[in-house]
Amino acid sequence: MSGNRPERSWATFPPHVISEIHRAADQGLYYIRGAGAWRAVPSFDDLVFLGASVSRYPLEGYRERCDTDVTIGARFASKPVELKIPVTIAGMSFGALSANAKRALGLGASAMGTSTTTGDGGMTMEEREASETLVYQVLPSRYGMNPDHLRAADAIEVVVGQGAKPGGGGMLLGQKVTERVADMRTLPAGIDQRSACRHPDWTGPDDLAIKIQELREITDWEKPVYVKVGATRTQYDVALAVKAGADAVVVDGMQGGTAATQEVFIEDVGIPTLPAVRLAVEALKELDVHRKVQLIVSGGIRTGADVAKALALGADAVSIGMAALMALNCNAPLYLEDYEALGTRPGACNLCQTGRCPVGVTTQDPVLEARLDPEEGGRRVRNYLSTLTMECQTLARACGKSHVHNLEPEDLAALTVEAAAMAQVPLAGTGWIPGRS
Amino acid sequence: MTVETIDLDAAGVRALNRRLQGRDGPVAGGRFVVTNAKGRHALAVGLTEAMDVRIRGHVGYYCAGMNQKADVTVEGNAGTGVAENLMSGTVRVTGDASQSAGASGHGGLLVIEGSASARCGITMKGVDIVVGGSIGHMSAFMAQAGRLVVCGDAGAYLGDSIYEAELFVRGRVESLGADCVEKDMNGEDAARLDALLAEAGMAADAARFRRYGSARQLYNFRVDNAAAY
Repeated sequence: MSGNRPERSWATFPPHVISEIHRAADQGLYYIRGAGAWRAVPSFDDLVFLGASVSRYPLEGYRERCDTDVTIGARFASKPVELKIPVTIAGMSFGALSANAKRALGLGASAMGTSTTTGDGGMTMEEREASETLVYQVLPSRYGMNPDHLRAADAIEVVVGQGAKPGGGGMLLGQKVTERVADMRTLPAGIDQRSACRHPDWTGPDDLAIKIQELREITDWEKPVYVKVGATRTQYDVALAVKAGADAVVVDGMQGGTAATQEVFIEDVGIPTLPAVRLAVEALKELDVHRKVQLIVSGGIRTGADVAKALALGADAVSIGMAALMALNCNAPLYLEDYEALGTRPGACNLCQTGRCPVGVTTQDPVLEARLDPEEGGRRVRNYLSTLTMECQTLARACGKSHVHNLEPEDLAALTVEAAAMAQVPLAGTGWIPGRS
Repeated sequence: MTVETIDLDAAGVRALNRRLQGRDGPVAGGRFVVTNAKGRHALAVGLTEAMDVRIRGHVGYYCAGMNQKADVTVEGNAGTGVAENLMSGTVRVTGDASQSAGASGHGGLLVIEGSASARCGITMKGVDIVVGGSIGHMSAFMAQAGRLVVCGDAGAYLGDSIYEAELFVRGRVESLGADCVEKDMNGEDAARLDALLAEAGMAADAARFRRYGSARQLYNFRVDNAAAY
């Protein structure tokens, strides 16, 4: 207050900006944290479905079939991945996550007939055993890269980038680099591990094509090869991934999470998932490979509505990371004193990088990890995936679709001009698509 | 023992790799000669058994990639990423190698009798690499473990952001990368290097090499190191 005048909020310097300046002045280093972008961006929340009415009829919600299966990788792989639901678990490393968390994700995904994915640092045997369908990531760091694991996987994902940090490499701060994690990555324990931002033996799409050929030769052309990109120049990146021979392309929007990276990356690099889906689909259609090269979309998928909207815009499947961790109690109101000790609270915690996760998900501390029972966690993940699937089916039936892949942009309307422009669907109540009509 | 000859003009890359991976019959202990390489990519990749493979002519990218146990010799030059992610066994190139030779190798021995281009031994994780000639810039970038031995000169920024790998250079080093420093070389180091040179078949006097490794100053983020990144 200044006299009797009410305070005016400071748009240029809101409290979180002032706080960051103070922190930077104290520490002299960029802020490193986990999770994805927290700024508000146009999202699937800005779209609604146009349920059936007189002009078209819905399917009976509890009686008529609405299938959810998806096949990934039939373009070149002799053993494509067959999933029962179009929701997969995104790549997250053992190291960033506890072994119990990785096992729980595998158990939950397997119970629902879907896949989970390794991460930086390689494959653990617990993860392989728990996951009926496991995607093995080939990352720039090549930590733990092992041809035996490549052959033991069900699919291969060449990671070019990640939505939280397109153009940047990962981090794992020293407090999480335990002896086991360090041993898997051939690094000294306790160091602040940096992951490279670029692959060590290829640059550009022509090289990528040869790298994919090598991976296929090593695995006898059995495994589907995905290429994962962070959403930036999505139309070009997807087209080049297709040209390089990908069976599937994973596009990760800026809301996608990370275990640790510079906040300036998380909040200021990349585009939201909403326009990324549409750009990716346009690229696939331009090359006449839509539905032949599968599109997997990730970054801020939370509900069955998000799943359905991504599919309606043309994705074949989605991938979840942060939301799956929340199913494991990330940010749940448990162990409140431990949140407090970290200087945060349930619902606001993004301190994965500290390794002090109160609920045992993003930690290597055995005491904290023991708080996550993998069997119970697996049930929670299964329940969550089941809910997402049923919600998606509900919306698809309401639009008269007997398969979730039959959802289409015509089933959608946008609530904001921005979302209409980004998704290229009409602003609700109009026929207006910005930039088109 | 009989030598099986595989003509790539007739068989193609797919059939070659299937044969050498033992998918079309046993290969352990076998001897193979591959003809008409003609710069083809991904030759002899993903091998898992002890065998002797000689490739006649130049090869393209990723020859002998992810090799386990096999001994592979390229009688010619090698393209990008020869023996990338080598796990075990020996890969020998009688000519020169392009960039990223031995990238992320976890074990085994890569011998390049000629010179290697940029980023030789990038992110190496336990492999031993011996180069008869010189290496290009940014070699051993983020090298984590293993040994890189260079009988000639090393290009700029050698060992940038190096972890626990050891580098031995006989000739001139144009410059060292961040956190890479020259280290003492004692008798034990020279003996280990001597044994490695002998294993690689390189006639070189270990006493004439200088040893480099990590100063370990960048292992943890500190404001005082900001200028180094």
